[in-house]
Amino acid sequence: MNVFSVIRCGCGCVSVDMTGTPAHSLEPPPAPPSPASELSAAIVAIARQNDRAAFARLFGHFAPRVKSYLMRLGVPPAQAEDLAQDTMLAVWNKAALYDPQRAEAATWVFTIARNLRIDALRRERHPEVSDEVLADTPDGAPGADTLVADGRRERALRAALATLPADQAEVVRLSFFADLAHPAIAERLRLPLGTVKSRLRLAMGKIRKALGDDEP
Amino acid sequence: MTPKHHPSDAMLVAYGAGSLGEALSLAVAAHLALCPVCRRAVADIDALGGVLLDELPPRPLEDDALARTLARIDAAPDRPAHGHNHGHTDGHATCGGPWPAPLAPYVGPAAETRWQRLAPGVRRISLLPRSRHGGTAQLLRIAPGTTLPHHGHGSLELTLVLSGSFADEFGRYAPGDIAEADAATRHQPIADTDQDCVCLIATDAPLRFTSLVSRLFQPLFGM
Ligand SMILES: [Zn+2]
Repeated sequence: MNVFSVIRCGCGCVSVDMTGTPAHSLEPPPAPPSPASELSAAIVAIARQNDRAAFARLFGHFAPRVKSYLMRLGVPPAQAEDLAQDTMLAVWNKAALYDPQRAEAATWVFTIARNLRIDALRRERHPEVSDEVLADTPDGAPGADTLVADGRRERALRAALATLPADQAEVVRLSFFADLAHPAIAERLRLPLGTVKSRLRLAMGKIRKALGDDEP
Repeated sequence: MTPKHHPSDAMLVAYGAGSLGEALSLAVAAHLALCPVCRRAVADIDALGGVLLDELPPRPLEDDALARTLARIDAAPDRPAHGHNHGHTDGHATCGGPWPAPLAPYVGPAAETRWQRLAPGVRRISLLPRSRHGGTAQLLRIAPGTTLPHHGHGSLELTLVLSGSFADEFGRYAPGDIAEADAATRHQPIADTDQDCVCLIATDAPLRFTSLVSRLFQPLFGM
């Protein structure tokens, strides 16, 4: 009887499947709800046309994930709410600096949220090599541009992450979500520092291999 | 020329994840300015952060969150022009002069007049007051042939060579090279060429010198 089905994805947006195949479940699908390239295009639309509808789409997708990221790092809910809004405001303000060939939308939003958290919670900065410097120094990775822009890097990363052995995935997640550098991870897991370092080395080796970045 | 000695993957992940203190992050960033290999590694790690962010279960914001953010957008004057919203990484940082770009704003102007004598053959410019995390960053200028006190490491330490070179038990370090030490490492660097070795030393905790002589040095170093 269904000629189409309504799919409610994890970020609250709703899409309609016109293929006539009923959705198996209303649970959020594991796949990203919006194609990464659409999110990327939305940032470019903000930069070019102050596109508020594009901003609303980005907000709907990323703000709840940024809030989730911050809460996982122990930020109290009210502050996580404020910082998530600040992150999205920065997305608007910095949109002209976004380069879809260099970073996926999620990658770019992650770095903004990361830096705002460091600034707000640790009262520190996160020193970086600015994009202008990078623009003048090609990294010599052939094909890297399309790899990012057409979503291949993101897909390869998801696949590599999903196949990491549990002990390696654990130290990766602790690095990103527990605000722990490797010595603190070793303490938390009661492991020798060398073990934590080698797990991170093995994890990054697999990720680089999946991205074709393991060639010197 | 691409450096030969790089930070460990563990250090690069901590940097990209944002779990490293500012002093160590500064040393990593200054190395990145000189090292395309590690720039690529960190770009991958940032992308890993993006994927991890994207996979998190969304936490709904308050109902008026979008409206409030749009109101803030409307309340602000024109969007900052390109390059004006980088915080410390913009402006003069892009032309670092003699320093790698990320380091330049920390060193500031007229560095040549600010070297302070620390010990025979060793001068210092302190770059970061001790942060809440206990980290320190400083430039050391070491005269040829000078041996630094043998020291162990309570925690993490990065040494980035900016000019000249030094050697320790683990190898020889030229400009752009980074030496990484942690709890398992003791090293005794010596400036091994005929010119001063200038390096950035960053730690996430005060250095702990291990030998008796070193302990005498410690108040001088103030690390
Ligand atoms: Zn490197």
